Amino acid sequence: MKVVCGQIQTVTLIPGDGIGPEISTAVMKIFEAAKAPIQWEERNVTAIKGPGGRWMIPPEAKESMNKNKIGLKGPLKTPIAAGHPSMNLLLRKTFDLYANVRPCVSIEGYKTPYTDVDLVTIRENTEGEYSGIEHLIVDGVVQSIKLITEDASRRIAEYAFEYARNNQRTSVTAVHKANIMRMSDGLFLRKCREVAENFKDVKFTEMYLDTVCLNMVQDPSHFDVLVMPNLYGDILSDLCAGLIGGLGVTPSGNIGANGVAIFESVHGTAPDIAGKDLANPTALLLSAVMMLRHMGLHGHAKKIETACFDTIRDEKVLTKDLGGNAKCSEFTADICRRVQDMD
Amino acid sequence: LADVSHVMGAIKTQSPLPRTFSRGMVQDPSHFDVLVMPNLYGDILSDLCAGLIGGLGVTPSGNIGANGVAIFESVHGTAPDIAGKDLANPTALLLSAVMMLRHMGLHGHAKKIETACFDTIRDEKVLTKDLGGNAKCSEFTADICRRVQDMD
Repeated sequence: MKVVCGQIQTVTLIPGDGIGPEISTAVMKIFEAAKAPIQWEERNVTAIKGPGGRWMIPPEAKESMNKNKIGLKGPLKTPIAAGHPSMNLLLRKTFDLYANVRPCVSIEGYKTPYTDVDLVTIRENTEGEYSGIEHLIVDGVVQSIKLITEDASRRIAEYAFEYARNNQRTSVTAVHKANIMRMSDGLFLRKCREVAENFKDVKFTEMYLDTVCLNMVQDPSHFDVLVMPNLYGDILSDLCAGLIGGLGVTPSGNIGANGVAIFESVHGTAPDIAGKDLANPTALLLSAVMMLRHMGLHGHAKKIETACFDTIRDEKVLTKDLGGNAKCSEFTADICRRVQDMD
Repeated sequence: LADVSHVMGAIKTQSPLPRTFSRGMVQDPSHFDVLVMPNLYGDILSDLCAGLIGGLGVTPSGNIGANGVAIFESVHGTAPDIAGKDLANPTALLLSAVMMLRHMGLHGHAKKIETACFDTIRDEKVLTKDLGGNAKCSEFTADICRRVQDMD
């Protein structure tokens, strides 16, 4: 999706709960400093009961997303025993967010045992092991259905290859256990192979999930784009986030049908530090950078990302979770300064 | 599981999600102790954890069955390219055998053999190729044997 040069694009902003509002403010400040052609339309997402008694997101939020197509979202709390499904699940269903995409790149200045990670996990997010179809056979014996469909598998494979092509990635690896789950993972793998035929410019490989994990923790530099069904993606995307430093620094994007895309930080709401100017906005900021790239605004994306990484590399103004003692506002101001200095 | 822990008293139980474990595991595995889980998660996590300590070439494994049967095994491949050339690393099978000795209550012998094996590796003088050296399997083995005998 491309933005016409000079045109201001409206993006739906869902600040979220806990530290959500303050990290959203940080992102907006940095975008302003970078003169990004984005205007924000803030919406809240809380579960409400619709006319038929079904839980849904507020109509204003739905309309905004359907109009703007692009959204940026902070963390949402999932109240226990609230009686409604998680907000993330509601959003996923409302906009058919079928692909969860997480680029994991090692951040210089934020040391982890792994130094040259540069991979992307692409997770099918609508079916698989999380279809929610479970039943009791007899007391003490339960079955869970892993649902794999041709359509969902083809769709995620196509997204993975297009992502690889659009982002100059070399290869796509399908992660599976088709040796054990012959029909379900077998179908997924077959669809990946078929789609690969239409993307000869991208290398296609296949790897067993356990081998991926074994190799990932020994040398993640071997991996590029990984595409996989739901459960494997759930696990691998968090594993890879861990390699680069955790959810506090990992961006995430959810691609939906009809051109909708919602980018989000995937850490929690951190209620213990909410409102105290202590939060680290990096994850939300890098998700916003991912969003800019998705919109074709590569120049602004590069500028903001570079400023963010430079601030972290410099190690002078770091929030507590990054090993420093700066406030969120100071960290943000440092990035803003760097962004302005680039002009 | 909660019932068992109540009976056992002092044992703490937790139940985080597999993805939380994976993430936590690569950031700081020292936080983890014994992990019990269903089949698929175990398939994934057992290989992940083997990777953390160096891979399948150095990881022991045991399979516990009904009726008191227990089979201990190395979980690496057959390595046909180096078979019969005295190049293999016996560490995984040896550590599995140590695990077997412990299972049988032979803790003294287990400790002796395990210590000798770890000392040989720590010394870095006689290592098979996969461990970064150029010693033969028989030389690596002889070094461990020597250390074991020196302990008596």
